[in-house]
Amino acid sequence: MTRKSRRLWLVVACMIGLGSAAALTLNAFSSNIVFFMAPSQVHAKPPPADRTIRLGGMVVAGSVRREKVKDSPVNLFDVTDGQAAVTVRYEGILPDLFREGQSVVAVGTVSPDGTFRASEVLAKHDETYMPKEVAEELRRSGKWDPRFGKAPDAASWNTMTASDTKKPATPTPDGN
Amino acid sequence: MNPELGNFALALACCMAAGQAILPLIGANRRDARLMALAPALAVGQMIALITSFACLIHAAITNDFSVQNVAANSAVSKPLLYKITGVWGNHEGSVLLWAMILSICGGAVALFGRNLPSALQARVIAVLGGVAAGFELFCLTTSNPFARVWPAPLDGQGMNPLLQDPGLAFHPPILYTGYVGFAVPFAFAIAALIEGRVDAAWGRWVRPWAVAAWCFLTCGIAMGSWWSYYVLGWGGYWFWDPVENASLIPWLTGTALVHSAIVVEKREALKIWTVLLAIGTFSFSLSGTFLVRSGILNSVHAFANDPARGVFILGLLALVIGGSLLLFAIRAPQLTTGGLFSPVSREGLLVLNNILLCSICAVVLTGTMYPPFMSLLFGKTISVGKPFFDATTIPLAIPLMVFMGFGPMVPWKRAQMWPVLRRLWWAACVALVALVFATFRMRDILPVLATATAVWVICSSIADIAERLRLFRQPLAQSWQRARSLPRAVFGAALAHAGVGIVVLGIAGMSQAAHRIVEVHVGESEMLAGDSWTLTDVHPAEGPNYSALVATIEVRHNGRLITTLHPSKRTFASQHQTTTEVAIHTNLMADIYGVLGDKHGDDANPTYVLRLHYNPLAPWMWLGGLIMAFGGALSLSDRRVRVGAPRRAKTVDVVVAQ
Repeated sequence: MTRKSRRLWLVVACMIGLGSAAALTLNAFSSNIVFFMAPSQVHAKPPPADRTIRLGGMVVAGSVRREKVKDSPVNLFDVTDGQAAVTVRYEGILPDLFREGQSVVAVGTVSPDGTFRASEVLAKHDETYMPKEVAEELRRSGKWDPRFGKAPDAASWNTMTASDTKKPATPTPDGN
Repeated sequence: MNPELGNFALALACCMAAGQAILPLIGANRRDARLMALAPALAVGQMIALITSFACLIHAAITNDFSVQNVAANSAVSKPLLYKITGVWGNHEGSVLLWAMILSICGGAVALFGRNLPSALQARVIAVLGGVAAGFELFCLTTSNPFARVWPAPLDGQGMNPLLQDPGLAFHPPILYTGYVGFAVPFAFAIAALIEGRVDAAWGRWVRPWAVAAWCFLTCGIAMGSWWSYYVLGWGGYWFWDPVENASLIPWLTGTALVHSAIVVEKREALKIWTVLLAIGTFSFSLSGTFLVRSGILNSVHAFANDPARGVFILGLLALVIGGSLLLFAIRAPQLTTGGLFSPVSREGLLVLNNILLCSICAVVLTGTMYPPFMSLLFGKTISVGKPFFDATTIPLAIPLMVFMGFGPMVPWKRAQMWPVLRRLWWAACVALVALVFATFRMRDILPVLATATAVWVICSSIADIAERLRLFRQPLAQSWQRARSLPRAVFGAALAHAGVGIVVLGIAGMSQAAHRIVEVHVGESEMLAGDSWTLTDVHPAEGPNYSALVATIEVRHNGRLITTLHPSKRTFASQHQTTTEVAIHTNLMADIYGVLGDKHGDDANPTYVLRLHYNPLAPWMWLGGLIMAFGGALSLSDRRVRVGAPRRAKTVDVVVAQ
């Protein structure tokens, strides 16, 4: 085997390896990318029922309730970005850091009746932590400017106007 | 006083590292033996200074010195002693100091164990390590000083995140960091070789033990991290494809490729340029992995506090180290001569294939990890990729990798025929086929079935490899035993590591068949899962050192026979207003029985409890397999059998590859 044919063989092997990696990646990207959506976006343009999305926002205070379906507990709560709220159904144990009035990210699908079926609920880190996407969405909707302190209590958001955020927002003491 | 001593030691280490980076390089260029002799001395000095510095930080944490900001922010009087110590590296500043300390220990190890290296090469290697260390010690001193004081000192600290108050944290970060940092040594060897413009078989022989050692630690660290998330986070999952987990997987993949391609350099003097590039790449990925996630660029659970100054410093440092080494590579690599020829069907050929596949998997994981942050930076779109993406991309590449892995150790160097190899492996292939048929009936989905079959194939072919070398059952047992004793340990090490991979994959395939249920029950009620009956018999409160807990008792019975009693609990940490879930796990090595206590509902007279019950078949195999892989690596490190012309004390250069 000459040096030239060896090099050719190596190049072909590399091309096959990287080519299949690229093909697999592109294929997986087309079907497996999970988009982040805020509740108002879900209302405006609901994604198809088989499409997994990440829904992020604040848990509306006082909205957490429970049902029992065939021995299994189901948690229901509303997630809002200040403009619209979406009801989330989650069969499972809510994470330890899940609180009313705090940010949350739920992974799942939107069912035809408009509720969100979560397969996973993420509430991360300490009490001051807010997922980047949620903070971004709140800023975009004009409900909260992080320069003015803590996020306001989610229960008040749907009635709040954008101008309210111009002055420093004070969190309600019982908002956890 | 003590924190100042620590700070001074850190500054001293930084100065010594700077000297270590410059003087030996000049010495090696001018062939000045005195300047070159400075290298080991400075490396050992820097190591001692950093160990002192780290000890001072631990001392401050143990003695509750809340005038140190880092201690005040992460510790509290009521915290148990073990977590006061481990808490030192559970935060950004402390972990950077730990990182720097391990790097200095690597430098010290090269100084102490590398005495048989040519003095110019040793001086250059230590100089490169010193340069990297100086950068990170400067980062530690200027932007994240763990010894910064706070005035007035608070009476009590803020306490540590309860999730981190776990014995696993005592070992996981140091071991993982040793793995990350350990790849600095092959990196330094690669840079030194580029400066010298020479890579030969001896270089391969010197660099391989360091790469294998780092690889063992990284393997262990990843396995422990996965185990930690399995039993601490209580989600019943073991790998989340979180950016931080991927950040440890990426250098592991290239590091595995490096460990294999270095064999080719050592044995056949081929793949030299590629091996140098892999050494640079692996350490670059380690660096970016540890620091990109901590700089807050990647959105992750593990990200510590975000600070723009730190981010800029770290990015600058990364650009300098990675960009500089790649530039040097671009200038010098063409001067390296190419080595021996080999045919596609040969040991070298299969090792090349191993490298191609490992790097393809690495590219896929890298793309999946970096694509979302780039999309949000460039287009403002918030997207994420999760398990489905990584499953769909990595598994199809991993399966051929496993198939070729079975052949690898059996194929001769240079030029080989397929037929004799196949003849020795036919029974392994038969067992794998039986496993394939069996798994088809027992498992859902096609991928776990294929994974099971290939895993069985890999395990059997490693057994076949050893059996073949011992001429087992073709000779009297006594003769096989003689052969076993004279066989280099590296052969057993390689076979063990390969079998370990198979065991890990079997565990993963088993976990894909896990069953779980979420139920809400009164005390005394039973539920069925995976053929077992789970009864909640009791729930009672309990007090811990800095928390109060609710402990449940769950009896698990199979056909009426008691298998185990689980005590999952929920802890409430008053000082942080935080609760954690303590999982209870019973394992019989074939499956884990895993119980989680959830919320309490209803009135106090007749409350109901939410329970999550998991049945995880083969789960312990994932971590067991990881340990076996690391043990295999350690075993081949301990091989000092065939060592030609190396001085007596050269503990680290005596690794010899199979055959």
